Amino acid sequence: MQNRSADFKRQVTIKLADTRLQQALSRLQSRFVEGRTAVISEIHDLQETRDAAAMIRDRALDNLDHWLLHFEAQATRRGAVVHWAETAEDVNRIVAGIAELHGVKTATKSKSMVSEECGLNEALEHAGVKVVETDLGEYILQQAHEAPSHIVAPVVHKNKEEISDLFEKIHQLPRKTGIAELCREAREILRPAFLSADMGISGANFLIAETGSALIVTNEGNGRLVTTLPRVHVAITGIEKVVPTLEDVATLLRLLPRSATGQSITNYVSLLTGTKGEGDPEGPEHFHIVLLDNGRSSLLGGPMQEMLRCIRCGACMNHCPVYQNIGGHAYGWVYPGPMGSILTPLLGGMENAPDLPNASTLCGACSVVCPVKIPLPDLLRNLREKQLVLGMKPRQETALLGIWAWLALHPRLYALATGFIVRFMKLLGGREGLLHKLPGASGWSDGRDFPAPQGRTFRELYRQRKHP
Amino acid sequence: MNARERILARIASRKPDSDALGHHLATHPRGPQPPVPCDLKKHFAERARKLSSDVVEADQLSHAPGLIADYLQQKMLPMQGVCWPALADLPWLEAGLNIEARPARDRDLVGITGAFCAIAETGTLLLLGGELTPASTSLLPETHVAIVHPHRIVATMEDAWELLRREFGTPPRTVNFISGPSRTADIEQTVTLGAHGPYRVLVVLVQSAI
Repeated sequence: MQNRSADFKRQVTIKLADTRLQQALSRLQSRFVEGRTAVISEIHDLQETRDAAAMIRDRALDNLDHWLLHFEAQATRRGAVVHWAETAEDVNRIVAGIAELHGVKTATKSKSMVSEECGLNEALEHAGVKVVETDLGEYILQQAHEAPSHIVAPVVHKNKEEISDLFEKIHQLPRKTGIAELCREAREILRPAFLSADMGISGANFLIAETGSALIVTNEGNGRLVTTLPRVHVAITGIEKVVPTLEDVATLLRLLPRSATGQSITNYVSLLTGTKGEGDPEGPEHFHIVLLDNGRSSLLGGPMQEMLRCIRCGACMNHCPVYQNIGGHAYGWVYPGPMGSILTPLLGGMENAPDLPNASTLCGACSVVCPVKIPLPDLLRNLREKQLVLGMKPRQETALLGIWAWLALHPRLYALATGFIVRFMKLLGGREGLLHKLPGASGWSDGRDFPAPQGRTFRELYRQRKHP
Repeated sequence: MNARERILARIASRKPDSDALGHHLATHPRGPQPPVPCDLKKHFAERARKLSSDVVEADQLSHAPGLIADYLQQKMLPMQGVCWPALADLPWLEAGLNIEARPARDRDLVGITGAFCAIAETGTLLLLGGELTPASTSLLPETHVAIVHPHRIVATMEDAWELLRREFGTPPRTVNFISGPSRTADIEQTVTLGAHGPYRVLVVLVQSAI
């Protein structure tokens, strides 16, 4: 998927003014945030479980080569073929090659953010393979030619009226208005695609080294259909998704659905190992697993390694005051919210996402809810420091901070300057004590008034309190 | 060097301790698990109902078809469908049901399965795909009925993995944990039952295997 993160600031202005989007985002907040709160307490020792989950991910990452090699050996033993892809283009080339090898004309696909990362659908269509997204949200987006705006609820930015309009237009059936009717219509349209597809494409929430399996977590059943019915199954995922054992995945599964959608468990958890067994009436004859690096390996062993713990639950974005106000599209790539503000510059280049590390208030809500305890605000701060070193900060910002730093080292001058500024601002604030415009900081005052200082600096007030 | 070698070179472990890693694999230690009440059957039924499954109990296996027939009648559902070949010998006809023992096809409306085991913690069924236990039976039809023996209800997912290791060694191609009817909340985050899989799940808990 093309990276449009550099357009962040302009997109934010558009998204803030989009009333339909704002309504949709408030729904997300009430359903997912409250949903998580309701079920997370079912875990008696939540902190201990989060610690264990973080440790499981760290164990995998600290010895990633070891676990991937073990995974590859086990998967191969069971008849799967493991492919290694350095870049998104590699994934597209490999999957197109698999399609050609097995004479694939049509493919059904369950939700995979890694495939979004690669722009796989376009590549396959280009290679002459018809691809049908089958997750309801992804199907809607494919028909509307839009990108997902959330990693768990991809179509959160659309309301049901828009979906009714879309279905009426593309299905050429009488307009449905109820959500249940819309779901049934999609089910009936997609069923023949499931039954006739030559190839099924899925992601993998986890790879299990012990058994060489791919594990997927779904609700709709499309993930099961896609991995059971076609004669070829391709699972695409990032190299960081491996965990050592089935017990490790059990711990992670106690946290993932609860953090994501507020479910104690998703409807389906499917463990897929090898090709179909002897005598099995169904299941794929060919199972290909594609492991994507795409910049992930560059985070290993460095200060950003903790980001690779991520299990893609989306809790950080659901709880982020920035995401809650602008939605996912403004971030410009596959991964939005706090995790996206870190991953996008790291995987797609700092220079292509200059605003994202700064698109956070550092309030810390994301790290409080993160099931694998990624210190997201620390990582964002780390990226900001990197920007400074790379000279990516706006000149105005560095100049102002330079002046401030110089003043701060000269306490008398600092007192004089701040004393003057607060008095001047009080004067500007007038009787209502509000500044409607801040010279040089219109980005702040365009959206709201600035409460004027009360005319004394902190140091003056402090001195007064100490020596009344 | 090919892509595989280049990636592996980039991710080479800084401090590999293969003994410790081997030990972790061999012992597969468990993480923290929630306490599950000792009445596993009761807890399983409660949790399964919470996830929108229906649960009924039968004294013995031969009574299951009658209970299933009652359920289908009550819900005004067709009295025909498919079952796992493993369940072919149950007295379906006597209960007024027309059940074929074969993998499900698109138009089959009722699919009847057993279960490898069930998990009390979450009200989950664990089904293994195989020659006599096709995965499509619990997936394509609009109604999924699962016959479960209470002595096969375990407390947690960790217990289920242990049982799988003990009885199978390695997992078959398909291992499915099923927790109620398929659902989606993609439109306006409103939960709707019946997405691409079943609209309803009936669990029949059978006390005795005869």
